[in-house]
Amino acid sequence: MPSVSWNFISKLPTEGMTKGGILPAITGTVLLTFITTIFAVPFGIACAIYLNEYARPSVLTNIIRASIRNLSGIPSIIYGLFGLALFVQALRLGTSVLSAGLTLGLLSLPYIITTTEEALKRIPTVMREATLALGATQFETIRDVVLPKALPGILTGVILTLSRAAGETAPILFTGVAFYINGLATSFNQEFMALPYHLYMLSTQHQSIGQVRPLAYGTAVVLIILVFIMNCIAFYIRFKQRTQD
Amino acid sequence: MADIKLSAHNLNLYFGTKHILKNIDIDFSKNKVTSLIGPSGCGKSTLLRCFNRMHDLTPDAKIEGILKLDDLDIYKKKYSVTELRKRIGMVFQKPNPLPKSIYENMSYALKLHDFPKNELPHLIESALKESYLWEEVKEELKKPAVKLSGGQQQRLCIARTVVLRPEVILMDEPCSALDPISTRKIEDLILSLKRNYTIVIVTHNMQQAQRISDDVAFMYLGELIEFDTYENIFKNAKKELTKNYVSGHFG
Ligand SMILES: Nc1ncnc2c1ncn2[C@@H]1O[C@H](COP(=O)(O)OP(=O)(O)OP(=O)(O)O)[C@@H](O)[C@H]1O
Ligand SMILES: [Mg+2]
Repeated sequence: MPSVSWNFISKLPTEGMTKGGILPAITGTVLLTFITTIFAVPFGIACAIYLNEYARPSVLTNIIRASIRNLSGIPSIIYGLFGLALFVQALRLGTSVLSAGLTLGLLSLPYIITTTEEALKRIPTVMREATLALGATQFETIRDVVLPKALPGILTGVILTLSRAAGETAPILFTGVAFYINGLATSFNQEFMALPYHLYMLSTQHQSIGQVRPLAYGTAVVLIILVFIMNCIAFYIRFKQRTQD
Repeated sequence: MADIKLSAHNLNLYFGTKHILKNIDIDFSKNKVTSLIGPSGCGKSTLLRCFNRMHDLTPDAKIEGILKLDDLDIYKKKYSVTELRKRIGMVFQKPNPLPKSIYENMSYALKLHDFPKNELPHLIESALKESYLWEEVKEELKKPAVKLSGGQQQRLCIARTVVLRPEVILMDEPCSALDPISTRKIEDLILSLKRNYTIVIVTHNMQQAQRISDDVAFMYLGELIEFDTYENIFKNAKKELTKNYVSGHFG
């Protein structure tokens, strides 16, 4: 614990990682999660709305649903390789925070779609019929009743998914993470540092492991706190919803 | 028969392969209250929901026959379902106010249908008065509608239907979730509304059917068995089945 100080989280690393802070890893992880959010959240919610509200139940939609569930069971390292092939090479985005964010987005999509769909399913039919019977279109009904009512459930799923994504190492391994960057990440096509990978390097790959051990522990604490905060937010939203009902 | 407002001719409805409504022919007269009665599962709600096309979103529902509002073919392709639902309002079994304030519940549909903004407060006030709710809520229009009592919520649901000035109001057991006093208030409300609207109501309560109806339709297993004035249905029904049902021998 003594290694976690203000300097530790606000300074750049120095002297081959044996001293200084982990600021670039923190900002890297934040930036990465931001890209993941921008990509996966709107797309995932839109997919769920389509599946649950518009698509007529058929063999096809059932296959799609089953595939989405299966996707969430694929090991994250496979996503890493897929991201390498698709974003880094095929789409020529290079090893960058953008490629890594998109890869994590892919990993998060199935979870976001599934949890959003669950939240939409919980909205009773009588709620939708209320506005439909007043002459609202299906789109207006979704916008004005279904989404606002389902929002806490959707947000909870999104935040838990993102907090999981923020702690992933394997998907970013091939797609953009770096052990050491001189300075803070400033653009989307640069490589970046991230907390989970930093932790991995410090605790297994560094040439003087013994010396950096406190730093590794400190990094772990910071990562856990970040994830914990996100989980608390999710918990708070759920709690507030429950007291409202 | 004078002044038929709403009608179904040769109506058949299937859910998948299940034949739910069988050859229904029915005419609802203007400015009257018609009750639909019959044992549970006989298709009363299903019939009611045909008239404002609430089955449109049920993938396996198949509807045959001709349904008309005045001379308008309700299922005509080119006619907009949102316009239809403005003319044929619906009140549900369980009060279902929107998760918004009382005022927003009332203004929601008006905004959807592009009523001029400056007319809203006036329209809302008169609809709430017409629904005997104004005195109870005028001080707290900003309060969330779900905080009202069940009976008040149901009157709000009627008021937000009335505010659009529909021609027909369909009600599916509007009192079944309410206590006797709230039920009485809603019955009074229905009686006062029939001056301006044509009302079709599903009810399981025979006393209620007698208190409020002009006409009564008795359904059994998806068929319309008998349709007549309430006196005839309750005092001299022609069919044995109807007699048994209204006297409480089954159902
Ligand atoms: N969406 C649906 N899909 C398949 N079958 C349905 C559907 N909705 C209703 N049914 C069936 O249609 C029949 C008529 O149902 P309906 O709800 O119209 O009865 P009801 O007369 O209103 O009964 P209650 O008095 O209990 O409300 C029932 O057998 C019901 O199982
Ligand atoms: Mg019913």
